[in-house]
Amino acid sequence: MSNELNYLLARAARGLMSRREFVGRAGALGVSAALASTLLASAARAEEPKKGGLLRAGMQGGESTNSLDPALAASEVPFAVNMIWGEMLVDVNAKGEIDYRIAEEVSSSPDATEWKFKIRKGVEYHDGKTVTADDVVATLKRHTDEKSQSGALGIVKDIIDMKAEGDMVTLKLASGNADLPFLMADYHLIIQPGGGIENPTAGIGAGPYKIVANEPGVRHTFEKHANYFDSTIGHADNVEIIVINDSTARTSALQAGQIHMMNRVDPKIVGLLKGAPGISIQAVAGRGHYVFIMHCDKAPFDNNDLRMAMKLSINRQEMVDKILGGLGSLGNDFPINAAYPLFDDTIPQREYDAAAAAEAYKKSGHDGSPIVLQVAAGAFPGAIEAAQLFQQSANAAGIPLEIKREPDDGYWSNVWNVAPFCASYWGGRPVQDQMYSTAYLSTADWNDTKFKDPKFDATLIAARAELDQVKRKAEYSELANNLRDNGGLICPMFNDFVEAKRDEVGGWQADPNGELMNGRALAKCWLNT
Amino acid sequence: MHPVVKLVTQRLALGLLLMLAVSALIFFGVEALPGDTAQAMLGQSATPEALANLREKMGLNEPVLWRYGHWLYGFLTGDMGVALTNGEDIAKSVGARLGNTLFLAFWAALISVPLAILLGLLAARYNGRWPDRLISGVTLATISLPEFVAGYLVLYFLAVKLQLLPAMSMVFPGMGVFERLQAIMLPVIVLVMVVLAHMMRMTRAAILNVMQSDYIETAKLKGLSPLTVIWRHAFPNAIAPVVNVVMLNLAYLVVGVVVVEVVFVYPGMGQYLVDHVTKRDLPVVQACGMIFAAVYIGLNILADVVSILANPRLRHPK
Repeated sequence: MSNELNYLLARAARGLMSRREFVGRAGALGVSAALASTLLASAARAEEPKKGGLLRAGMQGGESTNSLDPALAASEVPFAVNMIWGEMLVDVNAKGEIDYRIAEEVSSSPDATEWKFKIRKGVEYHDGKTVTADDVVATLKRHTDEKSQSGALGIVKDIIDMKAEGDMVTLKLASGNADLPFLMADYHLIIQPGGGIENPTAGIGAGPYKIVANEPGVRHTFEKHANYFDSTIGHADNVEIIVINDSTARTSALQAGQIHMMNRVDPKIVGLLKGAPGISIQAVAGRGHYVFIMHCDKAPFDNNDLRMAMKLSINRQEMVDKILGGLGSLGNDFPINAAYPLFDDTIPQREYDAAAAAEAYKKSGHDGSPIVLQVAAGAFPGAIEAAQLFQQSANAAGIPLEIKREPDDGYWSNVWNVAPFCASYWGGRPVQDQMYSTAYLSTADWNDTKFKDPKFDATLIAARAELDQVKRKAEYSELANNLRDNGGLICPMFNDFVEAKRDEVGGWQADPNGELMNGRALAKCWLNT
Repeated sequence: MHPVVKLVTQRLALGLLLMLAVSALIFFGVEALPGDTAQAMLGQSATPEALANLREKMGLNEPVLWRYGHWLYGFLTGDMGVALTNGEDIAKSVGARLGNTLFLAFWAALISVPLAILLGLLAARYNGRWPDRLISGVTLATISLPEFVAGYLVLYFLAVKLQLLPAMSMVFPGMGVFERLQAIMLPVIVLVMVVLAHMMRMTRAAILNVMQSDYIETAKLKGLSPLTVIWRHAFPNAIAPVVNVVMLNLAYLVVGVVVVEVVFVYPGMGQYLVDHVTKRDLPVVQACGMIFAAVYIGLNILADVVSILANPRLRHPK
């Protein structure tokens, strides 16, 4: 290997250079992109973790109203906090595969209706008790109870029977679901002693760190759990999350070295921050997407020609460039991208086509009255600007799109899922089935486009229990095409997670599952001093 | 009874009456909002049975006056109930936040009040000459700067560029006093910049007003130095308006600094209140409202009493 390549590799492995930049510069030296990625992966692995020290993250998305009850976690900081003290049955890793955590083995019946999870022996909670199969069942039971107000209720409600025998947990489902292990990796489903029924907010779990100070909306500090079962995780002695909701304050703290990593870098300042010494920007292609949603059952959007006209009249490339500052990828009017397993990359990209849009609009026979798009600044970052871009490109195609600005306050209860045409965003799910089942199944609570197609539902349910991956991929491709051509979703862009870290942080790996390495950055990274 | 004691007692009684009125306003204002606490707690998942159960448990079926009395009694005995959103004891979490806010306000006041008065005296002494212009110009410039701009400016220069002071003013229990003081240095600088001008200008104006009086002329003719004239003869007679402005600014330092708290990540009352307002956590909002009202009323009573004591004409009313 040339010296130049070695040098680049060392820089990229330490996070001083982005992956994309590395592949580009390696390409200039005659190295193929695939080889460059392999080299990078092995170089990143070769770096030895350093033990000890205090690792700090500054995060947006924490309030003084946050609770330690995993069932209630909804915003970024509670999620990251729970990922530090808690442990689920399984995790989804950066490659989209299952990592075994509290469960060490998973098996299913051929029709995927009965699943067995073998519980790892000798996993210890922070209070010294051992994790048992009964705890797992009690935890899942708590989340199926409506009173727990669990964010995972929709995930666990299909489990009709659960029982614990020795170290084996058996779950029976109402209908087959090949993705059940992925669902068990949901961040709400942290295994708690006794299921957390007596004290859901105790913050006692089996994760790599135990809670020292919990000051919601201010800071959360942790110390290493000495008897943690996995020695490859948890390098720092202490970790800390500091809640810094103000973007400028967060960036300053990173520059001044008071924090080692931060989430949510404002896309507007990415260019400026790239030149700052000691800091690198980490943009990770995730599954989150910014959308405009039309109700397929309300006039004028009950007309598929009109829906198609709207889809053709949005300029996706312009949105990615201007709204995301290039830190994202094009959407294609279905909620799935390459970050999902079994993604079909042969589906053609829909482009802005004013002529075709005008034609579809004419065909729809719309009476020319204004088509009102309701939008609030908080729908997604840059929502107002995105709506204005949409308005201009649609007007150019002769479609009378108008924008109605709504207040942020109450947007998610008064406008979203209520108004026939509005802006929204989706955070993405670990697997395709879950994304489609959450928002596009006829009976889903959050079917925010009111898309009701019996054929779509049937294919989705068939794909769910399908263990043959080839057939399954074909079924998902059919779902995507159906939604792309008939649905009420206009998906212009998938946003990257844009984060930043200081150079002394080692072990950083891009993870499409969630922010800050799916909440595990503090547990998986270390400090090079 | 000595007239001063009587006056002070009257003021205190009036203040208490005012507090009672404010408490009624806060309680019945929240009461008048559509929906009730049980509904706010259960949110969209509210079923009629769950609502009925929770109302029963929380005593929401009792008559409204009874509940007002109960709430007020709880507040007076330090029992403010628990937050709806995370079930934490309100008195405990508010106590910690209030402590932080008072700590910041105390140090900002300790620096800004003497400095403002001193600068005011100097500006009055050199009225119309360059020290006056310089002092007025600089302080008016700092008050004209919105506090978040001032915050970002000092942050950029002192924390990011020169790295003299920490960018975040994070304080937490168990932190040493010196560490705390270092942590709050930047917000204190910003707050001093914001409140200085108001107090300085009032001191200057009040003293210049008094300087027109005959007895100042006499003092000057006695041959006293200009600063002695101001300090011994003019200032005591200018205290009343100055104290009022000082108290207004102190009240601002306690209840109005949410923007500065956000910029410097300082865990004070303002951020706490805003978080709970956005989540409709009404018991917390009520508690914070009462505390803020108490601070305002208390400081204003103090201003009144000091003005009375400082002024012989008010001290011995005919």
